[in-house]
Amino acid sequence: MSFADTTGADPGRVSFSPVQCFPVAPALQVTDLSKRYGRVPALDGVSLAVEEGELVGLLGPNGAGKSTLVKIACGLIRPTGGRAEICGARAGSPRARAALGYLAELFRFPDWYRAEEVLDLHQRLAGSSGGAGERAELLDLVSLAEARTRKVEAMSKGMQQRLGLAQALVGSPRMLLLDEPTSALDPAGRRIVRELLETLRGRGIGVLLNSHLLSEVELVCDRVVIIAKGRVVAAGSPDDLSRPRGVEIETEQGVRLLPDAGRKDVPRIVADLVARGERVYGVRALSTTLEETYLQAVEEHTG
Amino acid sequence: MNAIPIIALYALREAVRRKVFIVVLVLTAAFLVLYWLGTDFAFEETQQFGVDSETGIEVDVLAGATLFGLAMFATLFLGTVLAVFLTLGAVRGDAERGLLQPLVVRPVGRSTVLVARLVGAAAVCAPYVFAVYAAAAVITRSTGGWWPDRFLVPGLELAAAVVIIAALSLLGSVFLSSIANGIAIFMVFGAGLVAGLLGQIGEALNSETLQSVARYASRALPFEALYQDGLYRITEDTVGFTRFALSLGPFGGAQVGGDMLPLWTAGYLVAVVGVAMLAFARRDL
Repeated sequence: MSFADTTGADPGRVSFSPVQCFPVAPALQVTDLSKRYGRVPALDGVSLAVEEGELVGLLGPNGAGKSTLVKIACGLIRPTGGRAEICGARAGSPRARAALGYLAELFRFPDWYRAEEVLDLHQRLAGSSGGAGERAELLDLVSLAEARTRKVEAMSKGMQQRLGLAQALVGSPRMLLLDEPTSALDPAGRRIVRELLETLRGRGIGVLLNSHLLSEVELVCDRVVIIAKGRVVAAGSPDDLSRPRGVEIETEQGVRLLPDAGRKDVPRIVADLVARGERVYGVRALSTTLEETYLQAVEEHTG
Repeated sequence: MNAIPIIALYALREAVRRKVFIVVLVLTAAFLVLYWLGTDFAFEETQQFGVDSETGIEVDVLAGATLFGLAMFATLFLGTVLAVFLTLGAVRGDAERGLLQPLVVRPVGRSTVLVARLVGAAAVCAPYVFAVYAAAAVITRSTGGWWPDRFLVPGLELAAAVVIIAALSLLGSVFLSSIANGIAIFMVFGAGLVAGLLGQIGEALNSETLQSVARYASRALPFEALYQDGLYRITEDTVGFTRFALSLGPFGGAQVGGDMLPLWTAGYLVAVVGVAMLAFARRDL
């Protein structure tokens, strides 16, 4: 797929498309990234990648460097060392910013703007030609279609956060950086965001989701990166990160735990028990939750 | 570049919302009414004297120029208030409130944001200052029949002075929080005024040191040099004892800026905006 394919430009000429990644470049590539605030290291050699259409959760305790990482990727903060690229362009460059959508942890829109005006402002700044159609679609995506003429000051915190998400999606970015996007949302609002993220994944948008809500991350993310003290301490899919804790078997003699057994051992164990004439009422392959893995990884690296 | 008017209007809408314009318009109306009353009373008293037979001083010229000089100072002050309130939180203040980040991650560039804020402030402050200056001149004419020797250039110089102050405030906003920046800019404004008065005292006392201090200060703060040059030009053609009396008058600091003043002002403005851009580009948000 070339630039010209998607821009409708002269096929003989490679033209700049603000939302198009280099064909082989990940949506976000962070390599050996470091950042120091004076003597305090915030990031210390972090490397990670988010592919297009991939949803990656960024987890870590307060002060781990998550927001710093996201802000460097946005070009809001300059790294001390290493490199961050959005769709192959240096983070902070116009090309990178054109391919990026960002929802800050702490953000505000002018109180007197209406929802549609916020999106209109960002459409004009992003050079989006989506017009009213794009605004309506985005407000619909975040379930704010009814509130399109409502002023920001008349919106709840959760509605403002969803409006922030719609704003981040203006201009069809290829990479979305979300810093605590569900922190102010009620369960219904979180569900809306979850469904939205799944929709975005389907559209090929890379998403880096910085969140404290492990359950949300576990539910929606393809991969999870855990950082502590500015370093990546664990990474993988939620399934990869969960470790087996044995097999729990309920028979007429009660519940037994076989700590060394795994999921693959279950058929054999059940067959043995049945062969011995025992009645098996239930079997469960146990594994650590993401929360347990997270706490263990963080404790190991923070003492 | 298309983003400049968008961001400039965005900032001005914010200023409207914060009632900056209402405050300044109320202050302006109050000032012009008081100025009209003051000049009316002053001319009523002075016009009976005509020309002082002993000194040859034209009393109505002295009164008109003095009152209008004070009006120019008030105009500069009001323009400064407007310029400072439009720009004092442009970078750090807006970043602390979370308003700036969504804008600067867009592909418009930080320099564009900064230039847009200056353009927005200048587009409001410069016409405002010129309008108040012109209104004060009309009031002076209608109440006392006095009109400045030069009208256009002093008005433009006052307008340029507030643009310089807006640029300084914008530069300060990169480093300082809104309140600290506002205080700093008003202190700089006050320092310029004091330097002008020092120069006036130096002239009266024939002190080369004080005059040098005033000269250097007006170069470092060209809004003061522009104001002093404007003051000089409103009585540029006045001669004799009236001229002498005016140079000792209370509105002080009337000094010729020289031919290089426009060039120096333009260069200063470019330098301040350039430093602000550089600092903003390096600033973590």
